[in-house]
Amino acid sequence: MNLLLTILFDGITYASWLFVVALGLTLVFGVLKILNIAHGSFYAVGAYAGASLVGWVLSMKVSPALGVVALVMAAVGVAALVAPLTERGLLRMFYGRDEVLLVLVTYALFLMLEDVMKMIWGVNPYYVSDTYQAFGNIELGGLSYVGYDILLIGVAVVCGLITWWVLNHTRKGKIVTAVIHSPEVASSMGVKVSRIYTGAFTAGVFLAAVGGALTAPMISVQPGLSVGVIITSFAVVIIGGLGSIEGAAIGALVVGLARAASVHIWPPAELFSIYVVMATILVFKPEGLFQRTQARKI
Amino acid sequence: MNTHTPGTPVLSAQGLQRTFGAVVAAADVNIDIQSGERLCLIGSNGAGKTTFVNMITGYLKPSAGRILLAGEDITQRSPREITHRGVARSFQIPQLYLQLTVLDNMLAALHANRGSRHFFSAAHDPQSVAASREILRRFGLENLADRLVRELPGGVRKLLDIAMALTGQPRLLLLDEPTSGVSADEKFSTMDTVIQAIESGPEQVSVIFVEHDMDIVRRYATRVVAFYSGRVIADGQAESVITDPQVQQHVTGLSSQPLGAHA
Amino acid sequence: MPTPYFPPLSAARLLSTAVLGFVLLMVFGYLAPKWMISLATLALANGLVSLGILIMMRSGVVPFGQGLVFAAGGYAAALAFKYFGVRDALLLCMLGGMTGLLVAAPFAPLLARYRGIFFAMLSLSLSMVLYGILMKTDALGGSDGFNVSRPTLLGMTAPEQRPEMLLWGVTAFFTCVLATLVRLYCNSSRGLLSLSVRENELRVEYLGSSVVNIVAWNYVMAAFLGGVGGVLSVLALGHIEPNFAYWTTSGEFVFVAILAGQHSVLAVLASSFVLELVRSFSSAYFPNTWQFALGLFLLLVIRFLPEGLGSLMHWRQKSARH
Repeated sequence: MNLLLTILFDGITYASWLFVVALGLTLVFGVLKILNIAHGSFYAVGAYAGASLVGWVLSMKVSPALGVVALVMAAVGVAALVAPLTERGLLRMFYGRDEVLLVLVTYALFLMLEDVMKMIWGVNPYYVSDTYQAFGNIELGGLSYVGYDILLIGVAVVCGLITWWVLNHTRKGKIVTAVIHSPEVASSMGVKVSRIYTGAFTAGVFLAAVGGALTAPMISVQPGLSVGVIITSFAVVIIGGLGSIEGAAIGALVVGLARAASVHIWPPAELFSIYVVMATILVFKPEGLFQRTQARKI
Repeated sequence: MNTHTPGTPVLSAQGLQRTFGAVVAAADVNIDIQSGERLCLIGSNGAGKTTFVNMITGYLKPSAGRILLAGEDITQRSPREITHRGVARSFQIPQLYLQLTVLDNMLAALHANRGSRHFFSAAHDPQSVAASREILRRFGLENLADRLVRELPGGVRKLLDIAMALTGQPRLLLLDEPTSGVSADEKFSTMDTVIQAIESGPEQVSVIFVEHDMDIVRRYATRVVAFYSGRVIADGQAESVITDPQVQQHVTGLSSQPLGAHA
Repeated sequence: MPTPYFPPLSAARLLSTAVLGFVLLMVFGYLAPKWMISLATLALANGLVSLGILIMMRSGVVPFGQGLVFAAGGYAAALAFKYFGVRDALLLCMLGGMTGLLVAAPFAPLLARYRGIFFAMLSLSLSMVLYGILMKTDALGGSDGFNVSRPTLLGMTAPEQRPEMLLWGVTAFFTCVLATLVRLYCNSSRGLLSLSVRENELRVEYLGSSVVNIVAWNYVMAAFLGGVGGVLSVLALGHIEPNFAYWTTSGEFVFVAILAGQHSVLAVLASSFVLELVRSFSSAYFPNTWQFALGLFLLLVIRFLPEGLGSLMHWRQKSARH
């Protein structure tokens, strides 16, 4: 029973930050139809920026718990700075081209960002674990849960709810939905589609960055972070369905729980289990669990 | 390849039935096509012409009835098998390989038809090139052989689309609206080119074409079949079918007078 | 705009080009310094994998998971070397190639039904499954992998003064043979059918050929090439590890293929060489900027030379002919 609870909690914690990241990835795909390989790079940038900002804030003898605010602010900064630059300065040049070509453009961007991060932050790891421990532990039923992890779960839920509410219950959200379905029709109705694109991309980058920033206290922030996140978040959105919010949530849960179960029950499966699920979904239900896009299949 | 015993229809559709939910796409369709005929299918959209074409080419299976190609039952055969038995079609919107040259389009069609199994036999072997150029010549396209298709105008594309269908030396050719998209003053010359190119070939080809323009129908069809609600409502000589009151009511919706004349 | 097919070459001309190529490569081998040969060996090994991707791209799909066959071939050869005493380089290459082919074959008809991003993702997920298995299987070396030492050739061991020449000779041989076969294939009727699949699948089916069959066989051929490339890489590095199957490795093969474009076999090999050169020099002098340079280069190529570097060669050819 304890094992089950541990797996559950581990899985959900892992799924939380993964969901936030995947949400951004799936949102960008849904609106701009771009599968952004560099999304994981934005995660890493967020982690670095968050670690730097928290380091600076904490040096001013502030409570480590406030570090969370700094992390979120760092993510906002990253999104505001990087997203419009990337979308307008780079991606826009390739709109209308083949979807795989755009993926390759983002792959080139990923390569470039790897070194940009090294140039800015160097190659040594950053640790901001004080913030992770700042929320104490909660004892429940003989098991100890880290307060920060619970916070993370809360953040994930909030992100999901806000995104869902904005898309379905606000005017702006309905416009975005229109653009998702048909940019041409939306444009002919007077919608500034290019602004929606920039906005959606910025939201996506923010989600990646905040996922990275909030994870920073749990890990050592160092070069190579992006690589694992990229492939894992891809698995999530493929499993859940490209462009679907619910899909990102379910996909993240599936990946998180699969990983947690593997780690605790049969460690050899830890790495490949996710990709087996990914491949299985692609074979039997290629649009993912929550279909939004039609899988290109003959 | 194009052998069949004289007297056997090239195509015999017998009692074809097909519904999609509540829509009747084909109801008791019986059509025999003799070798060398130029049969025109007319009917408004949704009347059953496309369903009939799809059943003949194998992409749709009738729920009842059978289809015989030169006496052989092809009802359950796959589209590719039917293609290899001598049924080819062209498309209303030309389906071409835009980034390749005209000659390469023809060669690709030729090799697709042959179902090349060899991994290293050249695409441009002299015999295939000569055969392709010959067909292009019949269509008046031989000078464009090395031009990229994407640079060519719609009228040429339509001709190429049909030329490609002929590479497999079919015995039955289906032309889907061969003059749609062609400007009014070029319709006749296009159709002349097409018919002449088909008939100047070494083997006899039977033609089924779908058309909406009654002038074309009158001039080029040896026989006309009119569809309505999945049924054949008239079958015979062009003029008598077009002036048939049922056809006028359900298909042409006009008096049978040629364009330009007013009731 | 270059035409997408290679100008037809007579068999004699192609054969003489291949032989000449081999001779030139061997001369290069004798003249060039050791580090250059090691680099070039890796470049050609990786180039073979990208050559397979070229074949696939010419039928309209981009595989993001060639690491699957690269690793499969590499591990097969490395295991044969370590546990079964197979030392002959030629034998190992054939073994690796066949392993890549056999690993890919069951998936080929399935993969051949996918296009675009979904093809890329399915291909990717298969390679990552292998990666996951390799990382956790200690019998195969786990995350560290394991080493192999120098191979032999037809009973001969590597020469004392220039040991790298043995592997270079084998690499040059396989490169010339396989590159020639790829060129022949691209000029063949199936090669033309592949192009037509890329352009208009519907028409190909209506004309009587199976699109799935064409794409599946292309995938199988690319798998063989990937397997051979994997073996040559293992022998060149003296080491194998799960990273052979990782997505970034697969990404590099695609990088080279895109850089080179679909129009030239030579461009693929040259582009692979450029990548190795940049990687090698930069690791020494600019360890934190070479990826940036590569990424930027890729962007520039995609933006301004979308048909790849190989299209430059055809510009000259085309203007010469007209």
